[in-house]
Amino acid sequence: MDKKNNQDYLAAIQAAFSADVLAHEETFGILNVEISTAKIHDVIAWLQQEPSLSVNYLTNIAGIHYPEAAGREFAVVYQLHSWKNNVRLRIKGYLPKEDLHIATITNLFAGANWMERETYDFFGIIFDGHPDLRRILNMDDMDYFPMRKEYVLEDATREDKDDRFFGRNNNEL
Amino acid sequence: MGKIEDLETINGEGYQLTTLDKAIALARANSVWPLPFATSCCGIEFMATMGSAYDLSRFGMERMSFTPRQADLLIVAGTISKKLGPVLKTVYEQMAEPKWVLSVGACACSGGIFDTYSVLQGIDRIIPVDVYVPGCPPRPEQIIEGVMNIHELVKKESNRRRYSDEYKHLLGSYQIDIDNGQEK
Repeated sequence: MDKKNNQDYLAAIQAAFSADVLAHEETFGILNVEISTAKIHDVIAWLQQEPSLSVNYLTNIAGIHYPEAAGREFAVVYQLHSWKNNVRLRIKGYLPKEDLHIATITNLFAGANWMERETYDFFGIIFDGHPDLRRILNMDDMDYFPMRKEYVLEDATREDKDDRFFGRNNNEL
Repeated sequence: MGKIEDLETINGEGYQLTTLDKAIALARANSVWPLPFATSCCGIEFMATMGSAYDLSRFGMERMSFTPRQADLLIVAGTISKKLGPVLKTVYEQMAEPKWVLSVGACACSGGIFDTYSVLQGIDRIIPVDVYVPGCPPRPEQIIEGVMNIHELVKKESNRRRYSDEYKHLLGSYQIDIDNGQEK
């Protein structure tokens, strides 16, 4: 059986969604495709349902924060896998920090539920249509999104740390 | 004068006398039922401590109590995240008096290397701790040392320490009501 490779996938995506493929590259043998954010759900649904492509497995969803990139501060990355063709895909969508909304794909992959909750938990990206979008790993009363690059690595004003144990304030020892 | 372990007794023809509270303390110290609250690598060291090479059951601790209701000693071995904190406190509150807490490893004692937003910086921020065992992770010998220190506490403390003002004050500082063991 002829297996499709990265080029076949890229050509198929470009043929079906030519206007929405904003960029593409291949890194370490994996095809990266940037799709306009509003269309990501449709592209993944099409990849999943197209029999010749049959992207049937969602490996991971992750968020990225690029604080320097104006207008595209946040990225959502979908790692997909076709078992039939043994091709891995990375779909990226960028979001401005003022509007962190993206459509959920829990109706396509049930496993996306917790992945989207995790991405919300750490980056504050809101997945519209998610059945239960609340924090998953951090405590419920946390009031910030800790993986954003907005915080200093060592915060001297923290009160939950006993500095005596860490050599920061030798006077108290 | 005679001796049972390190307990002074008065011996005579056919009898042996000591005080009741000392006898009870001795019995308690040699039958402490631990609840292992093991979350990470210190838990692995604790498993070794329970295994045949180090054999914690020598100290009357054969039975791990996996319900807090029937446990005397809460052994917290491993990193406690802030999300897990309320769970640990509930477990502690569900234990019946008398109860002791052994904090095993750097993470449970102080947060350890996890100087981060998600990790509780020492379990003594939410529950009182009797004995701290340092180390990352501590060797089984150190855990046994900690357990033996717990035994010393059990032998020397008042059998009714829960009625003492100090103990009430201590639990009060953790917002735990001494009368029902629940959070205030």
